[in-house]
Formats: sequence, C-alpha cells, structure tokens
Amino acid sequence: MLGFCVARKEAPMKTLAGYRRLAPGTQPAHLHLPYVSSAKRAPTQSLVQMPHTLSEITGPVFTSRIVGDACIDLTRQHSGEPLGERIILSGKVIDEDGRPLPNTLIEIWQANAAGRYFHSVDLHNAPLDPNFTGRGHVLTDAEGHYRFVTIRPGEYPWRNHYNAWRPAHVHFSVFGPAFATRLITQMYFPGDPLLEFDPVYNCTADEPARRRLISLFDWQTTIPEEALGYRFDIVLRGRDATPMEGCS
Amino acid sequence: MFVGMGYQATTSQTVGPYFMIGLEPLNRDQIAAADIGGERINIEGQVLDGDGQPVPDAVLETWQANEEGRYIHPEDLQGESGGEGFFGFGRIPTDAEGRFRFTTVKPGPVPAPDGGTQGPHIVVSVFMRGLLTRLITRIYFFGDPHNEKDFVLNLVDPARRGTLMAKPTDEDKSVLVWNVNLQGENETVFFDC
Repeated sequence: MLGFCVARKEAPMKTLAGYRRLAPGTQPAHLHLPYVSSAKRAPTQSLVQMPHTLSEITGPVFTSRIVGDACIDLTRQHSGEPLGERIILSGKVIDEDGRPLPNTLIEIWQANAAGRYFHSVDLHNAPLDPNFTGRGHVLTDAEGHYRFVTIRPGEYPWRNHYNAWRPAHVHFSVFGPAFATRLITQMYFPGDPLLEFDPVYNCTADEPARRRLISLFDWQTTIPEEALGYRFDIVLRGRDATPMEGCS
Repeated sequence: MFVGMGYQATTSQTVGPYFMIGLEPLNRDQIAAADIGGERINIEGQVLDGDGQPVPDAVLETWQANEEGRYIHPEDLQGESGGEGFFGFGRIPTDAEGRFRFTTVKPGPVPAPDGGTQGPHIVVSVFMRGLLTRLITRIYFFGDPHNEKDFVLNLVDPARRGTLMAKPTDEDKSVLVWNVNLQGENETVFFDC
C-alpha cells in the first residue's frame, strides 16, 4: 500500500501512511457459489487496485453527540425482559499491530432467542418477542473495550439450500479510524454444530481466520447467577509501516 | 485469541437481509445541513443485480470532503476549514425498487498521493445480502475539469470510467444520476484498496 502526501501551500509536505493490504485468503471472495445469492450480486470484472489516498485514510469520526446515548443492554429496551439465555458479550477492538482503537463505533443486531428477527422480511414462523428488538450500539472506551448485555440468539432456517440453517450469530458493524478500516462481520458461538455446514461462515478460505469469528466462552465476564460471558475481539487493518518515498 | 507478534484483520461477513435493525438509526440521506456551503446536489440511482433486477436490500455508505476539499478528520492536515458543522458521512438503504437518493454538497478537489489533485469525488461502500464483503466504488462528477488528471480514474479502463460518473438529467440539472450495476455490460468499476 502506498503512503500519502498532503500538499498545502502554507505548510511543509506531510506524509501519511495508508493501511496494509489484507492477508490473502483471510477475507472472503465476492463470489462464493455455495452462498447462492452471491451468484447474481458478486462483480464479474476484476477489482481495480489502487493505493490509499486522503479519501480512504480518513473516515467518519463518530461522537456520542452524533450517535446518541450508548445502547448496551439489549435486555432493557422494553417494559419486560426478553425470553432467552442472558449473555455478556464483550471484547476489544485493536488494529493488526495490537493497538487498541478507542472511540470507535460498534453497531450490533441479532435474532431473538427463538431465531426470529424483528424485521418485516423475516417470515420464519418462530415467535417474535415483544421485549426484544435486537439492536445495540456503543463507542469503544479509551482502551478499545466494549460490552453488551443481550440474550443468546437462536439458530434459524433459511432458503439457501435444502434444510439450510444458520448457526447462532450476532452481526457486528465496526468503523475504525478510516474508510479503509470499515468492517461488517458476524460473531458465532463456540461448539455450534451448524458452523461446519454454513456457507456464510465457510466463505473464507483460511481456517484460522474463520475460527476467529467464533467467540470464546469467558469465565471472567460471566456473572454468577446472572449471565454467561462470551468474548469477541475484533481486529481492524493496521497501518502501513513504510510511507511512499519521494513525497517531499 | 491474540497470539504471536502480528494480528490479522477480522474476516468480513455479509450484512445479511436484516441490517436495518442495527443500522437504521444512523441512516442519513441529507448529508449537508442547509447552512453548509457549497453547490447543492441530489444524487440518485438504482442498484441492479446480474439479471438487471433491482436490489431492494442494499445499503450505501458515503464519505466525502466538504466544498473546500477537506475531510472532517484528524488526519486531514490541510489546515483549518471554514466549513463548520459538516460531517461528510451518508448511509442510504435502497427502497423496494432498488432506488436510493441523497442530498449533499459537491466536494472540492482533494490532494492526491502524487502531489497532484484528485477530481471531486465521493467514496462509497456497498453492502447487501449476497455480498460477503463490501464493494468499494467512487462517485465522480461528469465533465468536471479535474477528472482528466485524476490518478485513480487513470487506473481505470477508459471504456469503464463512465460507470463512476454522476451525470445530470436533462430535466433537472441539480439531480445527478449514478447507478450501481453489480454485473453485466455496464458493470460498475469496483476498487480493491
């Protein structure tokens, strides 16, 4: 990845590094035929490779003024408590160099305990829960930590192939410091027997990379007589160490 | 989870069909408030799949500089910007016909890595069910004189550059049309960056 120079009349040149290219195999290709709906939606032409510019190394800087108060307890958004197994979902957002990423926006959404989403296009005949919307958001703290209280989502059927079922998962949307670091992913649960059959989970060639989508059961965050803890750490792209030569 | 010297970026997964639950609160199709300076533009278009069918469950995220070509971000070191109150981020889901529309101000030209200038542009992430990782593209402005020397445009096959151009309609010059064709003859140029 090339670096970047900012030129301005009234100040000396300043060189900024771009973000590192993603390790081969650790990210899904756009076309993954076992995931049927990728066939008509994945581009067919090669992507045009380009270095990062100021447009990609900047990105929206969210503040609590913009995103509103954090919504970290998904079990207290209605008059009653949702059905299901209460869990603590926590972790840390870092970059590929291990640096914590503070003040980064995380948005999550998930199905209820019966495997039904609070969404008009979800026609699965499992019940909706009037006490569960399945939406949360938070800005990471100064050390990059986040924590949600929610319920364990249910598995659910979908129509990708005969007898297709999605493993239990929580959707995560994360911004990081730049347009280049934007990530949307899904977090899974350890020991889920559906993982090996799921074309979405299996879309990434590299097995260790896939396995990092599985949260870890965590005694440290488990609250006695209250909720089981799961830990899910998120890594965003690291900074390129070598800015482009010849900028000055 | 983190063992060894370096870490690898977390794997992307599809946004799926139910993203509105989590993403709707930050939907914004009015990117510049009324008091933000600049040429006001409306950009509209449609997201179409490989069969030419509208995609009703896509969401676009846009990021752009203000009219002076400055990003509201600590790494934009071009100095103080006069544009107060501009944020630069948009999030626009498609409707049942695969259409989207947003209102903003035209960004100014921004610096390029080669010391030159990039044509005014908006960077765009496209997410949808069926896409395991986002698509990255750019909206440029048809006929802008800065386009000619834009080094990103010059990386693109001239025959395909038109897919990146927002073009005014005959009836209304303030409405620019820019479509996302996922496949087919006019497949939009997507970037790896």
